[in-house]
Formats: sequence, structure tokens, C-alpha cells
Amino acid sequence: MIKNLRWKIVTILVVFVVFLGLGVYPLLVQRYNLPAPEWLKSKQLKLGLDLKGGVHLVMRVETSDALRTFTTTSSDQLREGLRTAGVNTGAITLDSEKSFKVEGVPGDRDAEFRRIADEQLSENYARSPGTNGSHTFTMKPDVESDMREQTVVQALETIDRRVNALGVTEPNISRYGQSHDQIMVQLPGVSDTSRAKEIIGKTALLELKIVESGPAPTQEALLQAHGGQVPQGQEVVSGAGGGGDSGTMFYLVRRVAGVTGADLRGASPTIDENNRPAVRFLLTGDGARKFGKVTSENINRQLAIILDGRVQSAPNIESRITDEGRITGSFTSDEVNDLGLVLRSGALPASMSYLEERTVGPSLGAESVRAGVLASLAGLALVVLFLLAYYKLSGINAVVAMIFNLVILLGLMAYLGAAMTLPGIAGFILTMGMGVDSNVLIFERIKEELAAQRPARAAINASFSRVFLTLLDTHVTSLIAAALLFQFGTGPIRGFATTLTIGLLTNLFTSIFVSKTLFELALMRRPATSKTISI
Amino acid sequence: MQIFNKSNFDFVRWRWHALALSTLVVLAGVVMIATRGLQKGVDFEGGTIVIVKFNETPDLNRITSALGGDAVVQQYGDADNRDVMIRVRRAGAETGGNLSSEVDRIISTLKSSGVGAFNATPVGTEIVGPVVGEQLRRQGIWATIFALAGILGYIALRFQFSFAVGAVVATLHDLMVCLAFLAFFRYDMTLNVVAGLLTITGYSVNDTIVIFDRVRENMRSMRRDNLATIVNTAVNQTLSRTIITAGTTLLSVIALYLFGGEVLEGFAFTMLVGIVSGTYSTVFIASAIAIILQRGKPTKGQPAAAAAAPVRPSKRRAS
Repeated sequence: MIKNLRWKIVTILVVFVVFLGLGVYPLLVQRYNLPAPEWLKSKQLKLGLDLKGGVHLVMRVETSDALRTFTTTSSDQLREGLRTAGVNTGAITLDSEKSFKVEGVPGDRDAEFRRIADEQLSENYARSPGTNGSHTFTMKPDVESDMREQTVVQALETIDRRVNALGVTEPNISRYGQSHDQIMVQLPGVSDTSRAKEIIGKTALLELKIVESGPAPTQEALLQAHGGQVPQGQEVVSGAGGGGDSGTMFYLVRRVAGVTGADLRGASPTIDENNRPAVRFLLTGDGARKFGKVTSENINRQLAIILDGRVQSAPNIESRITDEGRITGSFTSDEVNDLGLVLRSGALPASMSYLEERTVGPSLGAESVRAGVLASLAGLALVVLFLLAYYKLSGINAVVAMIFNLVILLGLMAYLGAAMTLPGIAGFILTMGMGVDSNVLIFERIKEELAAQRPARAAINASFSRVFLTLLDTHVTSLIAAALLFQFGTGPIRGFATTLTIGLLTNLFTSIFVSKTLFELALMRRPATSKTISI
Repeated sequence: MQIFNKSNFDFVRWRWHALALSTLVVLAGVVMIATRGLQKGVDFEGGTIVIVKFNETPDLNRITSALGGDAVVQQYGDADNRDVMIRVRRAGAETGGNLSSEVDRIISTLKSSGVGAFNATPVGTEIVGPVVGEQLRRQGIWATIFALAGILGYIALRFQFSFAVGAVVATLHDLMVCLAFLAFFRYDMTLNVVAGLLTITGYSVNDTIVIFDRVRENMRSMRRDNLATIVNTAVNQTLSRTIITAGTTLLSVIALYLFGGEVLEGFAFTMLVGIVSGTYSTVFIASAIAIILQRGKPTKGQPAAAAAAPVRPSKRRAS
């Protein structure tokens, strides 16, 4: 019995010291500059965005953009295929991001048309013939959902690269919510929301396209030579005028890009011939070959450098260029740095919409930490005073068990890397109040047993074993509520659910094992028939 | 020290009065919510919050009139911080990068209206678009429903079904009382308040289970008594625990309410109301409903529970 007790005490002390070292000591280290090994510092209790300050963004990936691009490309390819085979049709137009229509297929070429179309498109599109030789192509549902999913995954990866390039420590970038197209980005310690948004949400699609005509001040002027119609295989893009011209200019460019951002090997800030900030880009081997071919075929024509659908500049091609180019425009040096960063990390497959934005400045976070610590200390003092006044010596037992619980809670959170948030602090304080419940249940039961003239030791044993079942029931129901809180919440609320869950689990250990050991310790030197205990 | 030394109040006798009182309170709450409405915060309705730090103590009335319209202007946190919270029920468009356009509008209006110098970079912002607002609202409601269903299921498994109904009705009662008080004191429904409501769900059921557990135990040792007596004995036996636990939890929540800062005020308020209501409903409502639903059924412990809990032979009859 005594030997058994000794081992229990050793176990408790070891657990206490370990969690004190993990959870509490690092906090003191930071505050008072105490010595500590690096690994311990790295395990320090993490603070959530609401305490540390930072930016929280929820975005929607406009996956329809990616579908539209794919459908456009598919219809272009069909047009090209039909042209090569000499099948002349009417207009080919996009109905929506996932379907397009071919009109006026001549009756005598219908079989030929079907053969080419099915060969090219049947993998991704379902064809349904209409009247007057028209055919509608609709993307197959499984292809559509795959493509939407792929787009979100790509966007997530791209944003991840960009955030890492920004040098944010411990960012959190993940899918969000039940709808499948949302992404959450949390950047601790970042306070410049607009720059963060600029970098994360910029599509950064770079396209180099040969200019067919332009620039012209209006779209009408540009298309005058073509009878007001955009010629097949070309498109109108707006952008800055060359030669110091301010105001928007319009260019008619080839629809198919010579080179795109996917061919980039690198991008870095530089300056142009007028000493203005610019971005220099390098192409991959494959990209360089394509670029060399395009430029050598089009010497003395203009090359439009298009970023996110806007012409940045349209320099003259003077000679064959292979693996290097420059984007000039009216950039500041900060913009050039950020543009280099987003080009290096690749284009987003679709545009982004912002659905939620929360910023916590560092001063607000510090205020919350102060409030949280103050409330915790006040709560602790109140509960300790109450327990000591009510249960006298046994109150010490309850207080020790409670402090144990809090220390293990902090230590486990630090060890698991769970972030402490402001609602998490509320959970911490609640753990004090509600955690005592287990002790109260046991103590009240002991009082009853003592009142029934049982010896103290038997009363304590009976109480602990009977109350255990009640504790199990109460803890399981609380865990159900905590689990749903975790499911429901993001960030701060999750912190609350985490704290509450860990607090409930550690509470089972402290209120049963620790508390009972303390009673045994107090009764150790008394005869088994002793009937009194300070409770 | 003993708060209730061998208490023997006849709680069960008062069950119809208690049910009537609770029905009244809940009905009053429903009327209050229906007429006054629950104020939804930006989390659930969408909107923009900007917290701005002024260089001098700001004049809230001047700021309000400068912004005009539906802007709500409040001091945020300690007066010494000179932080002002401005809320409008709008957010910018979700497409493009314009969600934060309301923030820019508020800042530029403040600048041009000469309400005093302030830090142009807001101390904090919260902008929730309608899509996320709707999402959070739905999630909040479902989380509460699932929590109640999960708890109902667990108690039905461990106790008799009528007990589970009693516990859930008592918990619903507490949630309604909390909502009524939130509506009366015009607190905004925020994520933190919903977290408070879910915590109350757990707390209230917890409290009820302790009594039910005792009822189950007494059913074995008091075979000749009727259910009302058994329940009343259990309520009395656990009364000091109920009060003490409510007391310590209340103490910690009071600390949270007083010192926890602006962000947690709504949460702490919800908890305060919930704990008081939860303690009342545990004593008066949960067991009353269990007794009413049990009427006419044999009163015996559930076999599964009996197997899990070894019956101690010499259980004392409570006085």
C-alpha cells in the first residue's frame, strides 16, 4: 500500500514536471529571458491570429474561369481541326463555361464533322445534334467536377508557394467550408492586408502574343479595317499605350499565345533603359525554343506582353529572342518585387473572390492577451479562495488537482502545437470552474459516506469508484458538444473547442488519479478505522 | 461547512409550478425574439467592422453623425486605448478585390470630416461577405441541432429514453432563456456567442446527468418507493454539488465577464445566463419531465446501466 502510493506520487510528480517544462516554462523564458534549449523554444505554446495579430482571408476560387478557358481552347482546336480537314461550318460560339455550339454544318459533310468532333472531344464533351446542322457540346459532369477540383488544388498550391515566398512564419492555407471551392489563408504577424491580398489573389497570368494590328485609341477604330468584326483566331486586348501615351489603347492580337507564364523559369526585378523598375523573366528550355520560333517568324512586328488580360507593353521584335525578356510599365519598385514573386510562383488557374477578411493589428492582439491573462488570474484566485473556504484542507486537494489540470492542459497544447486563442483562454478559465466539478462530486459523496458513519478510508474508496461512472457520463456529453464546436468553428472557436476537449480529458486524470492519491497520502499514517477528515 | 445539510426540499411537488413558470419565461422569450429580433452580428449577417485608434479621446457622437446612415459607433475596450469600433451592415462586392471597399470609405469619410486625428491603418477589421455569413449561420444552427441530438442519443443509450427527453427539454429551455436575454440586452449574435450557447448545451446536460445518475442508483436501493420520491431524493442528495459547481463556474465566468475584454463579453454574458438557468432547469425541469414521461411505466434501472455499475449492497436510504 505504502509502496504503491510512493509510485503513484512519483508518477504524478514526473507528469507534473514534464508538462510544467513543456507548457509553462517556455512562457516564462520568453518573458524573463531565461535560458532554454532551442527545441523547447520551438515547442512554445502557439498563439492564434486573434492574439498574435495577423490576417485571415476566406476566398472562393472561381472555378468556372478554368472551365471557360478549357472550353474556349477546345472549341478553338475543333475549329482548327475542321479547317485543316476542309469542313466549313458556321459560327462556333460559347454558350456557357462548359458548353459551346457549332452551327451550319453542311449536310454532305456531317459524317466527316462527327468523326473529327468525336475524335477530338468525345473524351471530355457530350455532343447533341440540333436542327439545321447545329451541334451542342457539353462538358461531361465527371470531367467538370474533376476539373473544378483540380483548379482548387492548383490554386491552393500556388497560394502556398506565394505565401512561402513572402516569408510568413507558420501560415495556414487550407480548404474551407462545405462548399468545395473555398480556401482559407491565415497569415500570423502580417498587418498589411491589401498587399497580402494583392499577392495572394493576383492571377498573374503572363501571355506573350503577336500583335496583328494596333494600338488604336478605341475598339471601333481598331476593327475598322476588319469590317467591325474580330477576325477568326484573334482577340482584342486593352492596355497601356506605347511611347508615353497615357490612356487605354486597344490591340488586336493572336488568340493563341506564343509563350505563357507556364514557360517561365524565373522572374526578378530589374530596371529598364529609362532606369524605371521592370521585371526580367527567364524561360525554360522548351519555352525558349517556342519563343525563338515565334520571334524569328515575326521580326519587325509587335509583341504584346499581357499580364492578367491587360497589355503591359508591346515592344517591337527586332531580332530572334530565345530565353529572356522584360516586362516594363509604370511600376514602383515594390510592385516590381511583388510581380516577380507572383510570376515565379506561377499563375493561379482561376480568379479569386474574397468572401471574408479579418485583420487583427498587433496592438489589439496584445490587448486581448492582457485581458485574457488578467481574467485567468482573477478566475483562478476566486475559485481557489472559494474551494479553500468551503472544503478547508480537502480544498487544498481540489486546488492542487485544478492547478495540475491547468498545467497539463498548457503543456499538452504546446506539445500538440494547438494554438491558444482568445476563446481558448475562455475555455481555459471554464476548465477551472467546471473542472472543479469532478472534485466537488467526489467530495460531496465523501461527506455523505462519512455522515453514514463509514470509516474515512472506506468512504473515500467508495466515493471514487461510484462517482467515476457519473464523471464518465458527464465528460462524454461535454465531449460531444466540444466535438461539434470544433466542427462548426474556424480559428478562434476551434481554439476554444481544443482547449475544452483537452481540459476535459486531463481533468479525468487529475480529479481521479491525482486527487485520490492526495487523499491516500493524507490518510497514510492514520488507522484504517479513522472517521474524520477535513472536508 | 455545509450549504445544505441533509436538505430535504420537496422539489418534485413544485414541478407543475416550475413547468408553468418556465413555459411563461420561454414564451416571453419567444415573443421578445419575435418582436425585437435577435441582433445578428457581422459573422452571421455579413457586414464590415473597423476598429480605429484615435490620438485624442474621440467624440463618439461626432463620429456617428460624420458617418451617418446606419453606422454603429462604439468605444472599443478600455477608454484609455481610445479605440473606436465602427460597424456597418454592408460589405463590398465579393468578386474582384473589393470586399474591403467599406473600410476605405469609412476611413476616408473620417479623414475628411475632421473628427480628430487617428491612425490611418485600422487596429482591426472584420469583413464578412453574404456568402460566408449565410454559411456560418447554417453551420451554427446545425452544430446546435447535432449537439442536442448527439447528447439525446448518448443519454438514451445510458439511461431510459424519457430521461434523455427530460435532459434535452431542459437544455432547450436553457438555450431559449439565453436567447431571450441576449435579445433583451441587445447583444449581437457572434461566433463567440454561439460558442457560448454550445458550451451551455454541454454544461446544462452535465448538470442533469449528475442527478439522473443518482436517480438510477436510487432506483436500485429504494425499490419500494415511487419514482417521484426517488427523484426528489436524488435532487436533494446532489443539491450541494449542483450549487457549488454552479458557484465555481459562475465565479470563473464573472472573472471572464469583468476582465476578459470586449471580444469575450457576449460569450461571458451567455454563460452567466446559461449557468443560472441551467442550474434551475436541472433541479426543476429535467426531473419533472422524466417523471411525467415515466408515469405508468415500471421504475427500474436499465439493464445495460446496471451491468456497468456494480450495485453496492448497503446503500443508505437518504433522509
